Amino acid sequence: MRITIVDYGAGNLPSVERALQSLGAETHRATAPEHLHAAERIVFPGVGHFSAAITGLHSANLFAPLRGASERGVPILGICVGLQALFASSEEAPGDVGLGLLPGQVKELPATVKLPHIGWNQVRRVGEGRLLNNLSGDSYFYFAHSYAATNEPGQTVAVCDHGTAFAAVIEDRNLSAVQFHPEKSGAAGARVLRNFLESTR
Amino acid sequence: MTLARRIIPCLDVDSGRVVKGIEFKGLRDMGDPQELARRYNREGADELVVLDIRASRDGRPTFLETIRRVARQLQIPLTAGGGIRELEDGRAVLRAGADKLTVNTAAVERPELLSELASQFGSQAVVLAMDVSRDGDSWRVFVRGGQQATGIDVLEWARQGVAHGAGEILLTSIDRDGTCSGFDCELTAAVARAVRVPVIASGGARTFQDFLDVFTAGAADAALAASIFHSETESIAGLKKYLAGHHVPVRQERAE
Repeated sequence: MRITIVDYGAGNLPSVERALQSLGAETHRATAPEHLHAAERIVFPGVGHFSAAITGLHSANLFAPLRGASERGVPILGICVGLQALFASSEEAPGDVGLGLLPGQVKELPATVKLPHIGWNQVRRVGEGRLLNNLSGDSYFYFAHSYAATNEPGQTVAVCDHGTAFAAVIEDRNLSAVQFHPEKSGAAGARVLRNFLESTR
Repeated sequence: MTLARRIIPCLDVDSGRVVKGIEFKGLRDMGDPQELARRYNREGADELVVLDIRASRDGRPTFLETIRRVARQLQIPLTAGGGIRELEDGRAVLRAGADKLTVNTAAVERPELLSELASQFGSQAVVLAMDVSRDGDSWRVFVRGGQQATGIDVLEWARQGVAHGAGEILLTSIDRDGTCSGFDCELTAAVARAVRVPVIASGGARTFQDFLDVFTAGAADAALAASIFHSETESIAGLKKYLAGHHVPVRQERAE
């Protein structure tokens, strides 16, 4: 199965690529607009700052093509900052305009808890989706972030709690996104990636 | 739903091999980093730390190759450090496949290094490593592999390091490291109170009880150990079962 990974300088690209390959996927890196025009399914990795993701997309000329792919209904999986960048903006970088493909907000987690939220946490299912198929409710996933999204209940498949409840898994039409790092989340994370591949077969 | 306490094995590497101890004298070969990484990934380690103990310029390419080989074995986060003196050193380590990097001596000499790394890669990728020793009622920071005293107060440096952008603190007790008499719980609790970022306790682990103590009395978010895991004296799965039995939230790896 052919997967196109958005290559705009995200640090976790190699491990995302490796994780997909170990599931039997044929991965390609999108470094130019035409690579996204031809994509059948897209993984949008991310790590670090919201601004770095948006700036990276623009300098690789991939911002508009990624939006275009979404509008054509191409399945997209956003990871970590790749989830956050699907929203229109983030408190982390008020001047940067996100992809605006999902309604909702990206805000800093509350000051009542340790930040960054680093480590393995569990998620609570609140909606219907496919990414968590065949996973038990108490599975752990690896998180590393200080900002998080809250969006429409109908689109949030699972939330995580760290100071407040935030979207851990989102599924809306062709868009899927996870705030944790499936490529770093052991067998449970590999299952999430496999579910994405299978749901787009 | 709780954030799990993490168990982190550490590979001290020198010239592409895992060695025992942080002092250069009488280094004992403990095996191949790739093989140990594969084992820890399978056994349910929550993260892996790889440290270049010699941290020499000449040894850099070998260390980066070790990171690449180790990263290929893992489905868990990888932290690497030793000899990161400037932004480009950090970039090379992350490009080789690490998710986070540790800085120690270079951050003491030039704290701005932390802000440079954090603004480039995000605070979640920047771990401030501190080697500390007790001095009466307080603790002092040591650099150059724990060999050189700085006189800097640990709590003060922890606060400053976080203000500069460190997203985690890896806190090694030199005193306990040498004696294997358990983690310094008083130390980790004091640092955990002083800063808002997660604290990784290191130095002195010998028994399962030591880990339980550092997660309860020590208020640590994660605990790091090397030799007790390498020598298969204790298994990570066994340790996690013990901790779960004592109501410490841990992730127990299983087939999904």
